[in-house]
Amino acid sequence: MKLQLNDIRNWLELSNQLMQENRSYLIELDQAIGDSDHGINMARGFQEVITKTQDQNYQSPSDLLKDVAMTLMSKVGGAAGPLYGTAFLKLSMAWKDKNEIQVNDIKEGLQAGLDGIKQRGKATTGEKTMIDVWDPVVQLFKDDENVAPSTIEETAKRAMNDTKELKATKGRASYFKEKSIGHIDPGSASSYYIFSALATSIKGA
Amino acid sequence: MKKIINNPNDVVSDMVSGMIQAFPEELEQIDGTMVIKRKELSSNKVGLVSGGGSGHEPAHAGYVGKGMLDAAVAGEVFTSPTPDQILEAIKAVDTGHGVLLIVKNYTGDVMNFDMASELAESEGIKVEQVIVNDDVAVEDSDFTTGRRGIAGTVFVHKIAGAMAETGATLNEVKEVAEKTINQVRSMGMALTPCTVPAAGKPSFQLEENEMEIGIGIHGEAGIERKPIASAEDIANELTQKVFDDLGLQSGDEVAVMINGLGATPEMELFILQKHVNHLLENKRLSVFRTYVGEFMTSLEMTGCSVTLLKLDDQLKSLLEAASEATAFRV
Repeated sequence: MKLQLNDIRNWLELSNQLMQENRSYLIELDQAIGDSDHGINMARGFQEVITKTQDQNYQSPSDLLKDVAMTLMSKVGGAAGPLYGTAFLKLSMAWKDKNEIQVNDIKEGLQAGLDGIKQRGKATTGEKTMIDVWDPVVQLFKDDENVAPSTIEETAKRAMNDTKELKATKGRASYFKEKSIGHIDPGSASSYYIFSALATSIKGA
Repeated sequence: MKKIINNPNDVVSDMVSGMIQAFPEELEQIDGTMVIKRKELSSNKVGLVSGGGSGHEPAHAGYVGKGMLDAAVAGEVFTSPTPDQILEAIKAVDTGHGVLLIVKNYTGDVMNFDMASELAESEGIKVEQVIVNDDVAVEDSDFTTGRRGIAGTVFVHKIAGAMAETGATLNEVKEVAEKTINQVRSMGMALTPCTVPAAGKPSFQLEENEMEIGIGIHGEAGIERKPIASAEDIANELTQKVFDDLGLQSGDEVAVMINGLGATPEMELFILQKHVNHLLENKRLSVFRTYVGEFMTSLEMTGCSVTLLKLDDQLKSLLEAASEATAFRV
């Protein structure tokens, strides 16, 4: 398994598709425990990512991902903009000068992304945020070098569903305290789409 | 959804264009951004930048003007502006004396303003931030990290702006802004939700006979749902919480802000004001000045918030200093 520039493009396109298809669902999740803009922002941000990057000639995945990071930062807004922007920037840095992303690079890149999200959001595991999806996915790569794409997808999905029972202590949802229990965290859902798209592009690589 | 708009995606840029046209002498837009700045900057003073999601009009651009903010950054509806735009605002208003960012305590705002100040500092601009967290609805007073920033922010704009106009240093302006933040508290309620244009439907549902206590200014639901009560009861509930949290004593002097959330008639705001005033009189507080109107709205939400600012001589004189901001003329 190794990802090349085209596979990364495929990952971004699939992520964008999922954001567009699930725009209303993300809005609904955010209406329950937030301010309802997550679906709007993610759909706008990922559409911009595709618009910005599709006709550009990149030398490496790292170059492409740097542009992705800057676009997400400047087009998504809210908390998700800086968080995903930071994550993709860390990925870009971790994969600098690599034309073929090996499974070990994915592990290191996702770990760097997760660390970036934790630092930017001053948050940690178990607080009902996107971290609760990133953390188990990173762990999966640590535990098994030959992790199957379907396992990545399943793990991210289960982790997203598990946020339902958590009480939010970080992010907008934390204002709702106990009322946040029983709802899937919108950020964990958008992260699930990103990992689901990653799994599909790994499968096709 | 019934709204006077063209395309939900264009509401912010259309609004900014209109606003600039309405105040051609006072305001201008920085090209390629949603940053609105004073046309004529005062030289030799600390720059003041605020901003946040759109949908809170007249916040934030209405507070741009001599004596208040130098620039405001408009994000998408209820969404923080992005670091690149905030950076443009900082660069545009820095006269070499540094820039103070006035940020409301919402996760997205804090992160985006943080990143912008890191970027500005890497370009050699001195930047400081204050985080307004006046909303007593969401956390206990000793849990200040969790409270939201709402209408009390307008007092911070006013007082920091007046201080900056005196030629004070960045640290002095920051200090008075923080003093204001420590002494201001608010609480809000809603009768009906609002509809974000891009979402197309209301942000929460309320029955005809229900009200929502402790709402924020982003259309988010509040902390408690109750049967609708009289104006007197609503005024008492909101004011009492603010009063207690602020630890006010008989003899203290305050400024009062009765803020409409976008769709409440002034009639109702004045009715509320009457009861708030009555309650403050009973507690032997002296009301220095009362502001009634729309200062920090939540699109077309029906409802209100009550803000109290505990005053001292310094805050009183800064509150009374001249302001040419289009939505806050003194």
